[in-house]
Amino acid sequence: MYLNEMLLLGAVLFCIGVYGVLARRNGVLVLMSIELILNAVNINLVAFGAFHDTVQGQIFALFVITVAAAEVGIGLAIVLLLYRNRRSIDLDQVDLMKG
Amino acid sequence: MGEFLNDWGLSIPTFLPIIGAAVMLLIPKDREQLHKLIALATTVVVAVFGLLLLIQFIDNDNYGALNFVVDKGWIDVIDSRYIMGIDGISLPLMLLTMLIVPLCVIYSWNHFPEPHNPKAFLMLLLILETGMIGTFAAQDLILFFVFFEVVLLPMYFMIGVWGGENRRYAAIKFFLFTLFGSALMLVSFLALYFLADSSTFDMRLLPEAAAGIAKSSQVWVFGGMFLGFGIKVPMFPFHTWLPDAHTEAPTVGSVILAAVLLKLGTYGFVRIAIPILPEAAAEWAPFIGLLAVIGIIYGALGCLAQRDLKRLVAFSSVAHMGFVMLGIATLTDFGINAAVFGMVAHGLITGMLFFLAGSVKERYHTLDMSRLGGLLVQAPRMGWILGFCAMASLGLPGLAGFWGEFPAILASYNPAAVLAEETFRSYMVIAALGTVLAAGYLLWMLQKTAFGTPREEFANDPHVHDATVSEYMAWAPLLILILVLGVYPHLLFGATDPAVINSLSECLDSSTSGACFDAAAGK
Amino acid sequence: MLNANIAAAETAGKAVAASGWFLENAWLIWLFPAVSFLLILLFGKRFPRGGSEIGIAAVGASFVFSLLTAIQWISEVEGGAGGALTQSITWLTNDGQAIGAGIMIDGLAVMMIFVVTVVSLLVHIYSTDYVAGDRRYTHFFAFLSLFTASMLFFVTASTTLQMLVGWELVGVCSFVLIGHWWEEKDNSDAALKAFFTNRVGDMGLIIGVSILFFGAGTFSVIGVNEAAITGSMSHTVTLAAALCLTAAVISKSGQFFLHTWLPDAMAGPTPVSALIHAATMVVAGIFMVARLYGVFFEGFSIGGSSINTLALIGGLTTLVGATLAFVQNDIKRVLAYSTVSQLGYMVLALGVGAWTAALFHLFTHAFFKACLFLGSGSVSHAVHSFDMKKDMGGLRKAMPHTYRTFMIGTVALAGLPIMSGFWSKDEILVGTGGWGLFGGTGGNGAYTVMLAMGMVTAALTGAYMTRVVYLTFFGEFRGHGTPHESGPRITVPLWILGGLAIVAGFINFPAGFQLVPASWEEKFLHWVEPVGVSYFPTIKHATPSWTLAIVSVIVALIGIGAAYYYYFVRVRAVSPVATELPDGPTSRSAVARLGHRILVNKYYLDWLYTTVIVGFVKGPLAKAAYWTNQNVIDRVVNEAGTRSVQAGNIVYHKVDQLVVDGIVNATGKISDSSGEELRRIQTGKVQQYAAIMFAAATILAGIFIIVI
Repeated sequence: MYLNEMLLLGAVLFCIGVYGVLARRNGVLVLMSIELILNAVNINLVAFGAFHDTVQGQIFALFVITVAAAEVGIGLAIVLLLYRNRRSIDLDQVDLMKG
Repeated sequence: MGEFLNDWGLSIPTFLPIIGAAVMLLIPKDREQLHKLIALATTVVVAVFGLLLLIQFIDNDNYGALNFVVDKGWIDVIDSRYIMGIDGISLPLMLLTMLIVPLCVIYSWNHFPEPHNPKAFLMLLLILETGMIGTFAAQDLILFFVFFEVVLLPMYFMIGVWGGENRRYAAIKFFLFTLFGSALMLVSFLALYFLADSSTFDMRLLPEAAAGIAKSSQVWVFGGMFLGFGIKVPMFPFHTWLPDAHTEAPTVGSVILAAVLLKLGTYGFVRIAIPILPEAAAEWAPFIGLLAVIGIIYGALGCLAQRDLKRLVAFSSVAHMGFVMLGIATLTDFGINAAVFGMVAHGLITGMLFFLAGSVKERYHTLDMSRLGGLLVQAPRMGWILGFCAMASLGLPGLAGFWGEFPAILASYNPAAVLAEETFRSYMVIAALGTVLAAGYLLWMLQKTAFGTPREEFANDPHVHDATVSEYMAWAPLLILILVLGVYPHLLFGATDPAVINSLSECLDSSTSGACFDAAAGK
Repeated sequence: MLNANIAAAETAGKAVAASGWFLENAWLIWLFPAVSFLLILLFGKRFPRGGSEIGIAAVGASFVFSLLTAIQWISEVEGGAGGALTQSITWLTNDGQAIGAGIMIDGLAVMMIFVVTVVSLLVHIYSTDYVAGDRRYTHFFAFLSLFTASMLFFVTASTTLQMLVGWELVGVCSFVLIGHWWEEKDNSDAALKAFFTNRVGDMGLIIGVSILFFGAGTFSVIGVNEAAITGSMSHTVTLAAALCLTAAVISKSGQFFLHTWLPDAMAGPTPVSALIHAATMVVAGIFMVARLYGVFFEGFSIGGSSINTLALIGGLTTLVGATLAFVQNDIKRVLAYSTVSQLGYMVLALGVGAWTAALFHLFTHAFFKACLFLGSGSVSHAVHSFDMKKDMGGLRKAMPHTYRTFMIGTVALAGLPIMSGFWSKDEILVGTGGWGLFGGTGGNGAYTVMLAMGMVTAALTGAYMTRVVYLTFFGEFRGHGTPHESGPRITVPLWILGGLAIVAGFINFPAGFQLVPASWEEKFLHWVEPVGVSYFPTIKHATPSWTLAIVSVIVALIGIGAAYYYYFVRVRAVSPVATELPDGPTSRSAVARLGHRILVNKYYLDWLYTTVIVGFVKGPLAKAAYWTNQNVIDRVVNEAGTRSVQAGNIVYHKVDQLVVDGIVNATGKISDSSGEELRRIQTGKVQQYAAIMFAAATILAGIFIIVI
């Protein structure tokens, strides 16, 4: 088993995802980066599942995929509404929650 | 009938108002008349239930013990149960609540305060009623606490939305003050649960179960309750929320606040703090008595400095509740009976005074006493009712106020055997001085507002008219009760006395010191 | 009492309790006017005579009942039964014990019922004319009814608690009726002053009743008295209670240093002054002392002493009242001060142990003083003023009935023989026991000082009443218009009261004077004073003496003579409309020319009478007394009021608003400002939040790794 390699791939994907979430201003890209993070987690789950020879990891990964799909759906809807209202999806301009 | 009442007699009137409020929630806002009718019908049905309970209660003829007890499981994890029941102490206060709320609905029938919205206003009123009735019926500390807190929010909104100019400040002050108190109270309740011999919140069992708690811990636990209840009463020096809340609250809010909400605090002392922790009560009593007499004098002095009619009545509440607390602090049957009578009497009288203040404000658009005058000329009947209430408030014999004040003074001549006589006798003299001051400020108020001739600015004001039909309907029951209870106080004392004796003699059994409270046994 | 069970009449003491339908149902007597109050208040305006007919009917019924009660009582007493009849119902329960309310009927109560109903009935009739056309006619009669009911409730009370209730209720009626014309601030001020002053005394009553309750273990009048007499209540407790109750007497009965409200109370309508502030309410204090005499007698150790608080207060009050009466120009104020003075007599009598004498004086005083007040009302009805100097004078021809009845009242008040005042005043002087000088025996102690005070007052009383009579009825009319005699509804009550003022004294002829058959002597004493009962202390009776009677008459005559000489001779000689001498005492200073003048001035008897005695009493003494009254005592009262308002202001503005409230607001401020700082973190930018989250997660993970 190439467990170490799998974990390395997961870590790389996770870091790319975190970079994307923190650094990109484009809402769609941020969403995609979140997908990356989630997929990094999925890889870890599947890898560990295979390593321990159980199916729980894969089942859990399926759940994550489902949730991720829902999340992207809502996230894209929000982005779409943002675009409709502001003609921009620049996240820096969205600070309605400022205290 | 008796069977039905025994099982459901307390639960139905407690939760009926909430159901009424839920029904109103489903009805559109603009159907005002329907909302009013639903609210009135609900409260009247509750009042009828109260009447049935009263009849059954008299029939049971067991004033000292709990009647209509319901005991069902509720939150098993923390041994909290749904226990309801009333005895001679809770009954009058509960009936007072059931009477006041429909009167408030009637009074506000045609003049809701700004920003109008009868739907929301009446819903809050109904939720308030559930909380108040529940508090007087609950026999489980957690249940009591829940009802006690239910009262808080509707009142907050009532002041904060329908109040006067400074309403936000007053509402938040009221809310924070009481919340602070009840947080400590909850801590005390939990402490009781963990410290007592058997883990229970059942008020019927706690007096015995709590007897084993070390005295030093008892004193601390009592301290928490003292803050929780004392703030609600309100006792000096926690009273500052009261004048603001009263001044800003809409008339109906003030009436309910004065008539019922303040009693939740004193009721807590009588029902929970003293029976459960008698030894700690004996430790605290001189201090409570001191604060009570300070409150009496202080409230009276505060009244003398007021120009605003409503604020004066609010300060007089501080003084009157001082008498109630003085009665409680004596830890004698006499004193606590006086306190319960005082609660009911204060509810009726001060409630009436706030109604009147509201009506004066509606007519003159001011409560500044230096601008008022000649009410007797312009609205003679209202003027006489004001005079009647002022007389009742200053403790005139023959009217209800007297039987709260005089026995409290009487009892402090001879407090419970464990308390120092000299201390309480000096309290008695100070309290008696308070009655003189009460006469001073109330008569002065009467002279300023009712006597003399109207000022020029109001002399020909068409807004100034005598009492209206809805006002009469709302006031008549209160006025009659003030008179009837004053003439024949046995009506109330007969109910409270056995219950008070029970609550105190239980403490006598459970007290390890042996030298507990019954003055008659001591001397 | 209507529906509740009436407890069986308990017998008190050794004497057999009286019984009889009217005695047992005496509560009806106060119930009639109480019901009438409600009726008048609710329906009075719909009646043709504005409700006054209801009031008169109710009080009339009470009067008939009280008369029948009195007759029944007298026949019981003559038949040998003298114990009080009591009945009670449970009024309230406290501490498991029932506290009753009920009636206690004995000689004292019967006498008071009679006095109250008679005067009240006459005042009612009088008022139908006097306040006719008044803006609040109906309301006036409603409160007259309530007052009558409260007073009757008070005098028939069987417990101290009930007495407290009645005591305050009459106070309220007095407040309402003094302030009857509340549109004027002076009137409502007077009403407030009366109520407030009374409230100060009520404090004493409340505390006194509390002390007695715990001392004796009961509110019952009989029980309290028994506890004091048998000594089961310690002397200290009894004395403390007596002192507290005395405070109540001082305020309610207008005794010296709290009497100032009584003259001001004359702001009310005259019938009210007659009924409440002369005949009945102000004697509530006297009644209370008489009712709880066991407490006072034992507490102050009246027997065998020569001075005590009660007697001293009474003595001072008589003097203060009488001297002050000289400088008043308002006829009602003169009578008010005179009432103060006469109430002082009664308290003095109770203080020296002359119980019967005090109540006998109460009895006679009620009639002649009500007669005088109603007479002054009749005069003012004619001249529309109460000012004797400006608007009266020479009215004896215009108002013959008023004049004659007023004269009867005056003579009775001055205490000249045959009139009722003579007999009762004489008994008080006898009762002081301080008259060994005049050859008498008996009495409870040697109260010589009190005798002297009583004597001086007797002279003063004669003098000031002579002044009033001259200024009102003699000389020439100084007012406007032509005064006419009042109508029959005013004059008939006057004549009835005048008649009573004459004959009321005949029911208590002194024993041993042999004026009448022995069976007619001391009837009042026999009927009223409880004998052989456990609730009344054993008091000694002094033996009346001719010498004292003659001396007291001479003293009174000296007073009258001096005033007569000054007004009827000297002042009238100046001018029929004059009210004082133009070359009054002030313009004289005669030390150098003294010898010369002695003869010219006829041994200065003239000067002695007019300048020294009358002048001194009328001038400096009375002025000083009045000045003290207005500037010292009154000012103290006012100052106390102002100061407490100031204190209230300070407490409110400084302490309450700044300190107590400040702490509360500070807690709010702190949470507010900390929130202000913390809100900066909340930028609203999602990515910043995420960065913080990741950073925190990293740190936590680091900690996690290091720790584990």
